[in-house]
Amino acid sequence: MDQRVPAVSMRNITKTFNSGAVVANKDVSINIYRGEILALLGENGSGKTTLMNMLSGIYFPDEGQIFVDGKEVVIRSPKDALDLGIGMIHQHFKLVDVLTATENIILGLKEKGKLDLKAAAKKIKDICDQYGFDLDPMQKVYNMSVSQKQTVEIIKVLYRNADILILDEPTAVLTPQETQSLFNVLRNMKADGKAVIIITHKLNEVREISDFVDVLRHGEFIGSLTTSESTPQEWTDMMVGRKVTLNIERPDPLGLPPRLKVKDLTVRSEEGLIKLDHVSFDVSGGEVLGIAGISGSGQKELLEAIAGLQVTEEGSVIYVEDDGTEEELLNQDPNKIRRMGITLSFVPEDRLGMGLVGNMDLADNMMLRTFRKGKSPFTDRKNPHKRAELIVKELEVVTPSIETSVRRLSGGNVQKVLVGREIAEAPKVLMTAYAVRGLDINSSYTIYDLINQQKQKGVAVIYVGEDLDVLIELSDRILVLCEGELSGILDARKTDKNEVGLYMTSLHGEGGEAS
Amino acid sequence: MFDIVSFFPRAVVQSVPLLCGSTGETITEKSGNLNLGIPGIMYVGAISGVIGSFFYEQSLKASGSTINTFLGIAIPMVCSILGSLLMGLIYCFLTVSLRANQNVTGLALTTFGVGFGNFFGGSLIKLTGSEVPSIALTQTHGCFVHKLPLAAKTGWFGKMFLNYGFLVYLAIIIALIAAYVLRHTRLGLNLRSVGEDPATADAAGINVNRYKYFATCIGSVIAGLGGLFYIMDYASGVWSNDGFGDRGWLAIALVIFTIWRPNVGVLASILFGALYILYLFIPTGANAAIKEFYKMIPYVVTLLVLVTVSMRKRRENQPPASLGNSYFREER
Amino acid sequence: MNKKTKTPFFHIVKRGEIPRWESIMIHAIALILALILCAILTTLLTGQNPIDVYATMFEGNFGTERKTWILLHLLAVLLGISLALTPAFKMRFWNIGGEGQVLIGCMASGAVMHNWPQLPNALLLLLMLIAALAAGALWGFLPAICKAKWGTNETLFTLMMNYVAIQITAYYTIRWEVPKGSGKIGIINQASHKGWLPSIAGQQYLPTILVVALLTVLLYFYLKYSKQGYEIAVVGESERTARYVGIKVEHVIVRTMSLTGALCGLMGFLLVSGSAHTITTTLSDGRGFTGVMVAWMGKFNPIIMIFTSFLISFMGNGAQEVASRFHLNHSFSDILTGIIIFFLIGCEFFVSYKLSHNKKGKEE
Repeated sequence: MDQRVPAVSMRNITKTFNSGAVVANKDVSINIYRGEILALLGENGSGKTTLMNMLSGIYFPDEGQIFVDGKEVVIRSPKDALDLGIGMIHQHFKLVDVLTATENIILGLKEKGKLDLKAAAKKIKDICDQYGFDLDPMQKVYNMSVSQKQTVEIIKVLYRNADILILDEPTAVLTPQETQSLFNVLRNMKADGKAVIIITHKLNEVREISDFVDVLRHGEFIGSLTTSESTPQEWTDMMVGRKVTLNIERPDPLGLPPRLKVKDLTVRSEEGLIKLDHVSFDVSGGEVLGIAGISGSGQKELLEAIAGLQVTEEGSVIYVEDDGTEEELLNQDPNKIRRMGITLSFVPEDRLGMGLVGNMDLADNMMLRTFRKGKSPFTDRKNPHKRAELIVKELEVVTPSIETSVRRLSGGNVQKVLVGREIAEAPKVLMTAYAVRGLDINSSYTIYDLINQQKQKGVAVIYVGEDLDVLIELSDRILVLCEGELSGILDARKTDKNEVGLYMTSLHGEGGEAS
Repeated sequence: MFDIVSFFPRAVVQSVPLLCGSTGETITEKSGNLNLGIPGIMYVGAISGVIGSFFYEQSLKASGSTINTFLGIAIPMVCSILGSLLMGLIYCFLTVSLRANQNVTGLALTTFGVGFGNFFGGSLIKLTGSEVPSIALTQTHGCFVHKLPLAAKTGWFGKMFLNYGFLVYLAIIIALIAAYVLRHTRLGLNLRSVGEDPATADAAGINVNRYKYFATCIGSVIAGLGGLFYIMDYASGVWSNDGFGDRGWLAIALVIFTIWRPNVGVLASILFGALYILYLFIPTGANAAIKEFYKMIPYVVTLLVLVTVSMRKRRENQPPASLGNSYFREER
Repeated sequence: MNKKTKTPFFHIVKRGEIPRWESIMIHAIALILALILCAILTTLLTGQNPIDVYATMFEGNFGTERKTWILLHLLAVLLGISLALTPAFKMRFWNIGGEGQVLIGCMASGAVMHNWPQLPNALLLLLMLIAALAAGALWGFLPAICKAKWGTNETLFTLMMNYVAIQITAYYTIRWEVPKGSGKIGIINQASHKGWLPSIAGQQYLPTILVVALLTVLLYFYLKYSKQGYEIAVVGESERTARYVGIKVEHVIVRTMSLTGALCGLMGFLLVSGSAHTITTTLSDGRGFTGVMVAWMGKFNPIIMIFTSFLISFMGNGAQEVASRFHLNHSFSDILTGIIIFFLIGCEFFVSYKLSHNKKGKEE
């Protein structure tokens, strides 16, 4: 149908990790044309970044072909990609901290002649002036803010005259003003005849900047739409699949008194950015408090602060005992919290990097929480083994044996092991972060059931999620975070996806520019 | 009175092996490779040169001719370079291509290299069936210590600065060039980025493995020259087992002491060299043991530098961030 | 074929867990290749045929009862030092200061032995042991506390500490030299045997061997079954997980390195009191470094380490025999040790990765 030659054409791309255990992309084909901006849309884990990493030479596809301007190419390394004019701005910046902006920008260039940092700085200044960036070329990267670092990344690509640009969630770290100036730059590039791919999951940005939308779901290509001829509703439907009523069981809350009282919780990142800004709320036993928000809005910091893993700047987290006595949890370490007699379970987002030890077997991972028990200098190995067996049986964990390292298990089974361990401790508070990310339907429902069981036992559950359907059907109340601020607490039984979405993007205050 | 005119040159000749070793190791470490095989490489650099010139001198003896200065220098130089290069390649193959642990590989390389040096140093005569009592390459030594003609005419200045064999100047020139290249060229910039953050360097189109190979091999060759200097110049062409001692480790200390700056290494190595021989010039009375304490000073000072630098956390002064790690692009 | 786009012939992919027998096979093949290379090399240098080379090596180790005791002693010392280093390595703390930690242990116990020969023997031995443990622990503590507090690079720190220990030892060797000017201390308490570990069943080396055997068992249980051993494993695998469950990472680092240092000190004590009865700077004889390799190749498992240290000791001792029989330099053993280690650490690659041939792109 389209007679033009695409700038880039990826055909039947398949990529797996862990010897085929994890399929990141399956038979994906996409086309990008010059003078256009393509939005690559998909939920977390849908394989957008992996796909683009194969275009930029970070990964090598297992199967499939890539064509640039109609010619088949092999992209073995980022260098190959750059030679083909493909430049990617990664979500995690690829900058050398101890070098200056200029040094980072000219890194790896094959220009003739001696290294002339002054001339390069001049050229960078020109680019800055042209697009309205504000950057000191001689500033060291480790002194820069996140948005300055992104500026360096973008200039790096512009400096190389790349004509195929990939931006991986570029606006996640930008203020609205910075986003607008970025979009202006992108429009200029488009006018220059460059091909731009932007990975995002903010639908209003898709509508504002893109010409076409390609949607991925679970690593597969779902469809391509013209932005102006389709609606965000259609994109969402394609992203999440056919609208299914999840029918998650939701028992009524038990109506117990508050278990945790969070007040004015404020967290600043190591770079000095506000991650949580005076967040206050209560959670009661026997209820599920859902937490919604665009990724990076402070969810991680919130949970880690409560768990005693995050240095906080201000505020308090009060734990209320059954008899009404109150104890401060803030700035304790997890071990101290345990010794205060408080069982606080936490299923972190990074399952293998934080919640579990990938190279240890199931039984040893069970011991993480319990190994200190008893006076003996030796660990009790019988009970963890039994507990592992019990969890394998009850949660139907698929594993060759209890002695298999958890790294070998599939995502769903890893999560069952982790959640199983955390609830085996009979907690009073259960916090989960993205508990069903990457899990199949059955495993997800197992997790929902476990959460509801805990709720009925009177546990205060905090459920951080990204799937709004699940949040609305599982939670009793939904707390919405937006850029570290609490933008609202909604009654899950009365709200809908649209309203939660508005609170997530802070559009609710701006007079209903609802999509 | 402390005789600086005779003290200084002795400190300088002590400094050259250290300078070569540390320049080589700095270049290597800048690529993110912590090569603990440097002591072994310096032994191999030395013995390879010895083997080369041993055969050359034996052939001269057989034919009754006198030494050709050019060959007398070129043969051991080439042999030394090849020997060190081979060691560098072994290290790279294991750590870069096969991603073996750098520390373990380095230590194995040192065991191997020191053993190699001592073995051939101790068995060369037996293996070749020669009829000489010991390895004494006096003719080659003569070639290596040709002095500048000006040295004798310029009094104390000549004695202090001009009265050395060419390897001394070569070592200093190499160190200065290395400093310049690291600081002011594209090559140096790319190399530094590989050692700091290989994933970023890779994304910028730099061939990380090639840089690691390249830097490590060049570094090994430079370090090997230090070993060669020790034998051919300092030790008058006489090999003695373990004679080179712990200079290889001291060279690694020097890298930290100079905070990865070869140009600073020129002066710092002379300082280290001076501490090595200070006891000869300071009246210690009956207490000969005190010299061993002086020899400890470089290590203690290096420790203090290392700790201070890590306490102050100035980013520019830290070891290369990825030092000791191997790089695999698809690591998740 | 016309000008085709180049497809890389193969690329490297990380492997899943492989069966134990396959891992053992890979190591066995690497070892056989290394032994073949060693044999070829020896043949080239001595003219002996390869089978005779190994026969000579075997004789060097088991030819006489005395040779076997020497082998067992070498094995015990190397194994002991490797074991001492293991807790820190398991924590991924790159301590290459074993040499210094052993030597300072030698120094401390030797100093006690030298200075207080008048004490009752049992008390003297006890004091020597305590001094050795304390000195070794200090040598382990210093890099650990700097690492925990300021993130100081532990590899470079421990490396420097080796030479501080060597120079301290060198200083006292000359201070206490007998006779003056010899640069050697000579055998301490030669006549009285004060501070010497008693021989058991007439065997001088047996006490050392027994202590190391005990250490092997203890360390096996400590690492595998104790709470502290579990903490070490968790910190080594993932500091984030350790913090998540409330393990104080800094505390564990300091505690574990002090333990490693103290155990190295213990080995120093055994060297001085059990066999050398003197102090020299070369007592540890590079085994602080070799121990690093043994521990690494043994995957920090004390049982496998028995095998790796046996291999290294056997080859080293055997090569000595070959060298002395052919009037070659004794450093021959270091060359063979180096070759074996190159092969054994190189082969790990094939355990963790595999080369995967690229499937051809779909062609019409």
